[in-house]
Amino acid sequence: MTGGVSLREQVLVMMWRSISQTVRQPAMIIPPIVFPLILVAINVGGLDAATKLPGFPADSYLDFAIAVPFMQGALFASINAGSSLARDVSTGFLQRLALTPMVRTALLLGALGGVMTVALLGALIYLAFGFIAGLGVKAGVGGVLVIVILGLLIALGFAGLGAFIGLRTGSAEAVQGVFPMFFVFLFLSSVNLPRELISVDWFRTIATYNPVSYLVEGVRSPIIFGWDGEALALGFGFAILLAAVSVAASARALRTQLVRT
Amino acid sequence: MTDRHDGIEVDGLVREFKNGPRAVDDIELSVQPGEIYGFLGPNGAGKSTTVLMLTTLLPPTAGTARVGGHDIVREGPAVRGVIGAALQEAALDPLLTGRDHMRLQTTLQGVPRRERRARGDALLERVGLTDAAGRKVRGYSGGMKRRLDLALALVHRPRILFLDEPTTGLDPQSRSDMWQEVARLAREDGVTVFLTTQYLEEADALADHIGIIDLGKIVAEGTPDSLKAEIGRPTLEVVPAERDRRDAVAAVLERFGTPVAAPPGTAAVRLEHGTEDLSAVVRALDAEDLTLETFQLHAPTLDDVFLARTGRKLEGEESGEHPAVTAPVA
Repeated sequence: MTGGVSLREQVLVMMWRSISQTVRQPAMIIPPIVFPLILVAINVGGLDAATKLPGFPADSYLDFAIAVPFMQGALFASINAGSSLARDVSTGFLQRLALTPMVRTALLLGALGGVMTVALLGALIYLAFGFIAGLGVKAGVGGVLVIVILGLLIALGFAGLGAFIGLRTGSAEAVQGVFPMFFVFLFLSSVNLPRELISVDWFRTIATYNPVSYLVEGVRSPIIFGWDGEALALGFGFAILLAAVSVAASARALRTQLVRT
Repeated sequence: MTDRHDGIEVDGLVREFKNGPRAVDDIELSVQPGEIYGFLGPNGAGKSTTVLMLTTLLPPTAGTARVGGHDIVREGPAVRGVIGAALQEAALDPLLTGRDHMRLQTTLQGVPRRERRARGDALLERVGLTDAAGRKVRGYSGGMKRRLDLALALVHRPRILFLDEPTTGLDPQSRSDMWQEVARLAREDGVTVFLTTQYLEEADALADHIGIIDLGKIVAEGTPDSLKAEIGRPTLEVVPAERDRRDAVAAVLERFGTPVAAPPGTAAVRLEHGTEDLSAVVRALDAEDLTLETFQLHAPTLDDVFLARTGRKLEGEESGEHPAVTAPVA
């Protein structure tokens, strides 16, 4: 009675599992959506005067700051993916899966796919709230699509990092322990001010070398500049690189954890 | 139905870990199709490492084994296709329900789509979890988790089932239920069962053949009856009423048999002439004016076999599992 099961079906059932896990843990779905919106609301309220600075690229701080929730959502995606896989290691669930004909790719794609679905939901909610609050996207509908795609790529990159840490350590606590470090990278970037307006030299230098700046600017550029080829190329370039490296690293970590002859 | 390919053949299997002793040291065993093989040993003896190798989850350092006719190293996927396994910890996702687990497992095991729901429901019913099927597993008791674990191992109708300490930590009722299900699988469905345990009673009650493992080596193998027959003679265990007279009691007992290991404050001997000497022992103790708190006669047990082969008693044994005659002696 046992027949083969396609990779597609394996990935879909693992995605279903990942989404079920997330939906059943309000703490894993509410913070990634609510906290970034709260933070952007606070920033818009408190930093709107920054738009008066000479050279500030936007008339509305909301247009400038709406990229931030995408980054924070991506960080939460890393926690969700990492914690879930770490739990699979620590509970021995990975061994149960290893005893089935499931291929490793399906586990990873399923886990990341589930997290990406939540990230997509988050992206749509951030944009919806943005539009309600007066967000304008200079690049139009196409720009919105590019923002969502880039946002998902960034989420994939960070989810891959979380998955790597979760699989390497087998500890959800370790995954959560890395979270503050990601936040440091986020705040040492051009997340709150354009790089050219950062007056402190060391901060500007770090922000210039920090790839997170280019991810943020890639999301931001269709909103405030329209179609900016360089910003998009750098944003997509770093996002693709991050996703490729982190997913490859997590696939390698999974190969080490999910041993079978 | 079983055939000769439903068995397990192990030849010189070794597993070494870095900077450690051999967890499994050159073991050989044979499990016949349709039988329950009890793999008995204390914690750390090498039981789980053996199971991990036989289920293809851990490559052996040396040696070979065939499970269901397939080599565990060269034919891993084929081995996994014919086995089911419930490993030492019930490996379940606390956020999924029992029914969710069935959906996941039936899909990944390639059960045809139209059969999945019915198969899952039937197995949940079989292990008595129908009412709890919609609840998250994190609210299950230990016994419920173990039963779900067993049901998941049976999703694809395996010919060979590995159960790694399936009743450890369970209450007596849950343990009894699990025994009944395992026995039924072997007797009615013809499933070959490889069961590890540290409970003597479990191995004795369930297994057709037993392998006793200690420090990575198999120290005894046979049917429960043949192993106990090797020991043959019963053991007399006595607790003196006055604890400081334990040595005097032991000296009397040694006239009637060979001393064996016993708990502190207790003297024990394997009786040279079996139960024939009992009245003589009582008279000798009385003649020395020794009073006793308890006077127990143990029929030979698997623990005696373990003791005879290793010089130690098994861990994890529970009181009351030996058939014993107990009599307070004034």
